[in-house]
Amino acid sequence: MSKHIVVDPITRIEGHLRIEAVIDENNTIVDAYSASTMFRGIETILQGRDPRDCGLLAMRICGVCTGTHYQRSIEAVEDAFKITIPKNARIVRNLIQGALYVHDHLVHFYHLHALDFVDVVSALSADPAKTAAEARKWAAVAGESPFIDGEGEFKAIQDRVAKFVKQGRLGIFGNGYWGNAHYKLTPEQNLIGVAHYLQALEIQRDLAKMQAIFGGKNPHPQSIVVGGVTCVQDIQNPARIAQFKSLLLAGRKFVKEAYLPDVYMAGTMYAGEATDSKATFTELMAGKGVGGTGGGLLNYMSYGDFRLDDTGFYKSGLLFPSGIVYGGDISKVADVDQAKIAEDVTHSWYKGDKPLHPYEGQTIPEYTGLDKREDGIAYLKTKEKYSWIKSPIYNDTRVEVGPLARMVVGVARKDKRITKYVTEFLQRGNLPIAVLFSTVGRTAARAIETSLMSDVMIEWVDELAANAAAGDLKTWTDFNFDEVSMSTKGMGLAEAPRGSLGHWVSIADGKVVNYQAVVPSTWNAAPRDYKGRMGAYEASLIGTKVANPEQPLEIIRTIHSFDPCIACAVHVVDTKGKELAVYKVDTSCSI
Amino acid sequence: MSDKIEAVKKLFTSKSSRVETNKGDTYYQDLFAKCEARLNEMRAQTPANRLDFSELLEENGIDRREFMKWASATTAMLMLPPMFTPLVADAAVMMNRAPVIWLELQDCAGNSEALLRADGPKIDEIVLDIISLEYHETLQAAAGFQAEKQLDEAMETFKGKYLLFVEGSIPMGMNGQYGTIGAAGETFHDHLMRCSENAAAIVAVGACATFGGIPAASPNPTGAVGVMNVVKNKPIINIPACPANPANMVGVILHYLLTGQIPELDSLLRPKFAFGYRIHDNCERRAHFDAGEYVEEWGDKGAQNNFCLYKMGCKGPMTFNNCSIVRYNEGINWPIGVGRGCIGCSEPDFWDKYAYERPMADAKIKAPTGGVEKTVDEFGLGMLTAVGIGIGIHAAASAVAGKREKSGESHE
Repeated sequence: MSKHIVVDPITRIEGHLRIEAVIDENNTIVDAYSASTMFRGIETILQGRDPRDCGLLAMRICGVCTGTHYQRSIEAVEDAFKITIPKNARIVRNLIQGALYVHDHLVHFYHLHALDFVDVVSALSADPAKTAAEARKWAAVAGESPFIDGEGEFKAIQDRVAKFVKQGRLGIFGNGYWGNAHYKLTPEQNLIGVAHYLQALEIQRDLAKMQAIFGGKNPHPQSIVVGGVTCVQDIQNPARIAQFKSLLLAGRKFVKEAYLPDVYMAGTMYAGEATDSKATFTELMAGKGVGGTGGGLLNYMSYGDFRLDDTGFYKSGLLFPSGIVYGGDISKVADVDQAKIAEDVTHSWYKGDKPLHPYEGQTIPEYTGLDKREDGIAYLKTKEKYSWIKSPIYNDTRVEVGPLARMVVGVARKDKRITKYVTEFLQRGNLPIAVLFSTVGRTAARAIETSLMSDVMIEWVDELAANAAAGDLKTWTDFNFDEVSMSTKGMGLAEAPRGSLGHWVSIADGKVVNYQAVVPSTWNAAPRDYKGRMGAYEASLIGTKVANPEQPLEIIRTIHSFDPCIACAVHVVDTKGKELAVYKVDTSCSI
Repeated sequence: MSDKIEAVKKLFTSKSSRVETNKGDTYYQDLFAKCEARLNEMRAQTPANRLDFSELLEENGIDRREFMKWASATTAMLMLPPMFTPLVADAAVMMNRAPVIWLELQDCAGNSEALLRADGPKIDEIVLDIISLEYHETLQAAAGFQAEKQLDEAMETFKGKYLLFVEGSIPMGMNGQYGTIGAAGETFHDHLMRCSENAAAIVAVGACATFGGIPAASPNPTGAVGVMNVVKNKPIINIPACPANPANMVGVILHYLLTGQIPELDSLLRPKFAFGYRIHDNCERRAHFDAGEYVEEWGDKGAQNNFCLYKMGCKGPMTFNNCSIVRYNEGINWPIGVGRGCIGCSEPDFWDKYAYERPMADAKIKAPTGGVEKTVDEFGLGMLTAVGIGIGIHAAASAVAGKREKSGESHE
């Protein structure tokens, strides 16, 4: 007897996402569908505008990975105008984006993902003394001293949460899946998780300040312009750079002493699930085509990002190399050719009959609705169109993007730095490499990347300070707008925290004539394609065992491991050739 | 932290920057009595959680003095006389009587993220200890049916008492089907109507929920509108900006707790305590404007010397908000500080009117007739360009004069 589960809203994500899953009599997921249920239209809104203004608009695609669409949009225009930005601008952009990585990954782990592993209610029965010992144990695995290990500190946090729970109103912790059999941490480990959840709320505010120092504010910074950056007074002021560095060092301390140990703790407790006793790639690839629980597609793509020198776009050395790994086989890596990217709309609420490259991309809406049944639930029409997200395809295959893809591609490329961080992480935790190809592995890869980023940013801050001290205050490259904007096109291909992000822009007579963004969560959250092949979320759910069909804990745990950001993923209505009623916003004053 | 509090207080109480809202002693004594009665009434209510605020402050290493300093700065920010400070402190203590339900519609979660960066009462206290955040999709543990149940229970338990915060616009095109939520596929419009029915008041946060924001930017493909275009017969407070400043969100909650009513609003339903000032009038670069010293291109000598950004498209003269005073991320910076200029994000239609790198004077927007309005009440929509043109002329004139002159729009 199969059972159809609907999870809507998926919470602790950015955006509006619905997952439907079908489970068999053993409570194993045999079928899954991912759908976005919200649509805005930003690419259409960008058409006809001045290309120099697109960055600020494009940034509003997402308030979580804030700043990343901004930079890509500006860089797509710079690519179109053939502008090389000054050294200060490159470093500052790397620092703004790097700060976003560390901040975003940390918030994701603690505030959007941790409660899938950490049972808040169980933490109440922890022994504070044992908790302190447990904290020391996992910090030692990471080779660090623990962020907190005082019995009194854990006791105080436990008392606070206990008071709160006793009132019977848990606020945002209400109606969670507390007590579910698939929570595997001990009460002491749960208390560590809760303590760090609360401390991370503090830490993330300081991490956000890093973006504000060079960006003006967070969310939605404002200092990047076509040709460079505007924050010259923050670059020329050594005190500002020092402030940035001290915030970075404080954040880095938490990453090393809390985040990494916690990932070891969760990863170890769930390691059985991560490998499902399969250890080799051939075995992984056999049978159902999944690695550990939540493995999914096993095809990993990275466009590459973070330019390390000033030779210009798509020429310079990169912190994260570009490449594609098929079938989890890290002995081989292929080059990424952006011409092989296409978007298909067979199962998306748009018109279209074949996959198109983003430069040719169209977005003509064709909403066919949900199937409302007698039980009051509206189901997806999974045989037809069922999502506002398109299905991106690379070289006629479905791929996964994100921190895991970046780490896998880095190792496959034999990148020294990435290989070192990944290998050290696995060795310290005594974990086989196969654990990476799973829900837990995806979460671990994000932590490895955060640790790497918090180290490399120190080099960048010093590089910026040295450059400014040497008297280089150049922040902008001049260009003749009227000349370069007559007829051109460009792309901004890079890596956002959640994975490969591309903005493609075509410009004529100083105006945008076509704009398409293919974003990380489009790759990952996409519905089936024209050959019926699943997207990354869908594939990752197949074979997952659900402890209690009334509580979709395992579903949200795996979906959260991708760090969904759905507002980004949804394309935008192109009103060309379709007569939509014009809705004029009434802005008259109403008292 | 305390330096910042002092600075904010000074700015809010200094003569030049104050919006004239003094309503006279009788008014304030009357309000004071009302607030006292309201607070006593609140004290008698069963809070959503029974936490001792003083204890919490102690646990977080915040002494009473520091807290009272914060209360006095907040009092100034809310444009109330100093005698209200102890009442504001009491209201903060009773924040656990303010159940909040937070909806996300056509949004990007930017305002939720901004709330996470709130200073003032530390965020973990806000989440765990102070306000009772009953439903918030980006933060809450439960998903799916359990999340929907959480929402329904909260609306029932706090019927008529909860503040409904709304983030994101409402798509009215295609019968509202551009956005649905929940297993039943309820449209955002219906969802909002259902949740607002028993709310005490609605707080629209951010550019999208207030005036439609980016989804409503031309050509507005989904027919997106703000809350006030949809919900009628309910008190609505707009806190625009992209994202809204968390200081203003906390200010509105405090004001509501303190007085039981919504703060004084301008014609766009924005609280005057936050949106009663023009960016331009409290700008740290104002002296350069008056002296006719402008950044002429990104990164030039003027930029290195923090000159005025008007010619680079700064819309501070047309924009009402308190960011020149409160700034962002605990006062660390703001768009003008970072050398970019203001894009007018707290004003309606700013994506189509203001958010570009050229000054208004160069924009091809028809100049209306009428004078230069000084205050938020006189500053009618559509009149904005007059100021733009006015300043354009002034900018050219003062650049030619090359000397400091008194601007035509400064406050006394």
